[in-house]
Amino acid sequence: MSDKKNWPLWEIFVRSKNGLEHRHFGSLHAADAEMALENARDVYTRRNEGVSIWVVESKNITASNPEHNGEMFEPAQDKVYRHPTFYDLPDEVKHM
Amino acid sequence: MSEEQIKNLEVQFEARIARDEKIEPKDWMPEKYRKTHIRQMSQHAHSEIVGMLPEGNWITRAPSLRRKVALLAKVQDEAGHGLYLYSACETLGISRDELYDQLHSGKAKYSSIFNYPTVTWADMGAVGWLVDGAAIINQVPLCNTSYGPYARAMVRVCKEESFHQRQGFEIMMKLANGTPEQKELAQDALNRWWWPSLMMLGPTDAESIHTEQSMKWKLKRKSNDDLRQQFIDQTVPQAELIGLTIPDPDLKWNEERQSYDFGEINWDEFWQVVKGHGPMNKERMKARVGAWEEGEWVRDAAMAHAEKKQARKQKQAI
Repeated sequence: MSDKKNWPLWEIFVRSKNGLEHRHFGSLHAADAEMALENARDVYTRRNEGVSIWVVESKNITASNPEHNGEMFEPAQDKVYRHPTFYDLPDEVKHM
Repeated sequence: MSEEQIKNLEVQFEARIARDEKIEPKDWMPEKYRKTHIRQMSQHAHSEIVGMLPEGNWITRAPSLRRKVALLAKVQDEAGHGLYLYSACETLGISRDELYDQLHSGKAKYSSIFNYPTVTWADMGAVGWLVDGAAIINQVPLCNTSYGPYARAMVRVCKEESFHQRQGFEIMMKLANGTPEQKELAQDALNRWWWPSLMMLGPTDAESIHTEQSMKWKLKRKSNDDLRQQFIDQTVPQAELIGLTIPDPDLKWNEERQSYDFGEINWDEFWQVVKGHGPMNKERMKARVGAWEEGEWVRDAAMAHAEKKQARKQKQAI
């Protein structure tokens, strides 16, 4: 059992229709990318859920660490000047 | 981490769940949360996988092409549901192989209902109508559970489950409106599946050891007894509609409660089946382990082929 090689894990992204982005649908195991595509078709698009599939081996994804969420995302919170409502304009100004 | 720090994190964690925030795989979580989720999600995944066996039994003998394609699609869905749930479970840091090992060694449980045999075609109707019906009642609240990957998997599962129940009811309806022999088949299937379906919703609240914690983590929104009552109240009129009789002499509408009173459930039978002494426990595990072991050479060959292809590609690139 020790020298057994398991099928790696793949993350599956599906575009549900043209005009929309690919969205993460879930993951599955497959021996290679081609098989991951075939399995993704059967596992995630049995009811016309997609028109395009991406597969990415899970180990190739670099994810941010939730423990660093503070330094990562909080700086954006006090930058209200990045939003249009920050600017005081008289009501008479139209189309802006 | 000191004990106090952990305590602190736990308090924050519980507060997040109370605010209806979702927990995602890389978030800090108490060890008990992780373990409980691995247990429940894997048990759920195993049930989907083992659940294919009683129905797979009838695919080649479905009475028409219409029934056959529907049954095939249903069994395929169950494979899919098992896969969604296994991968959701793996986000908690347990491997697929470990999960399979737990199932195959008997360490992990699956729904006891699948340890009953499917002896006639009418059983396909009863399983879809009652077993999937009870499963839906169990599963719908889980679409809002606190663990993100589980909740997302459940949304997909629930969307697909309703076809399962409807195809089962249609089979029962057809038989119940057929010849006297066909109607008898349907009634017989209802007689055999009714009580196990009620048991499927879990031990009574007094006996259920996990309820309180699971409620807090939104792994459970209603108690087993409430779910069971809901199942009975919605299923009895369905049986009446197609002229079948629920096999419970004590079943009676209670005007005051606006609910059905029902007879005593044989919990000894339930625990016997859970402990492995149901009519089909051995058979199910034999089929499952057999399929896994006999498929090993295929999995190995696929892996060897993938590696060879990869090596060839690298060689060409040099």
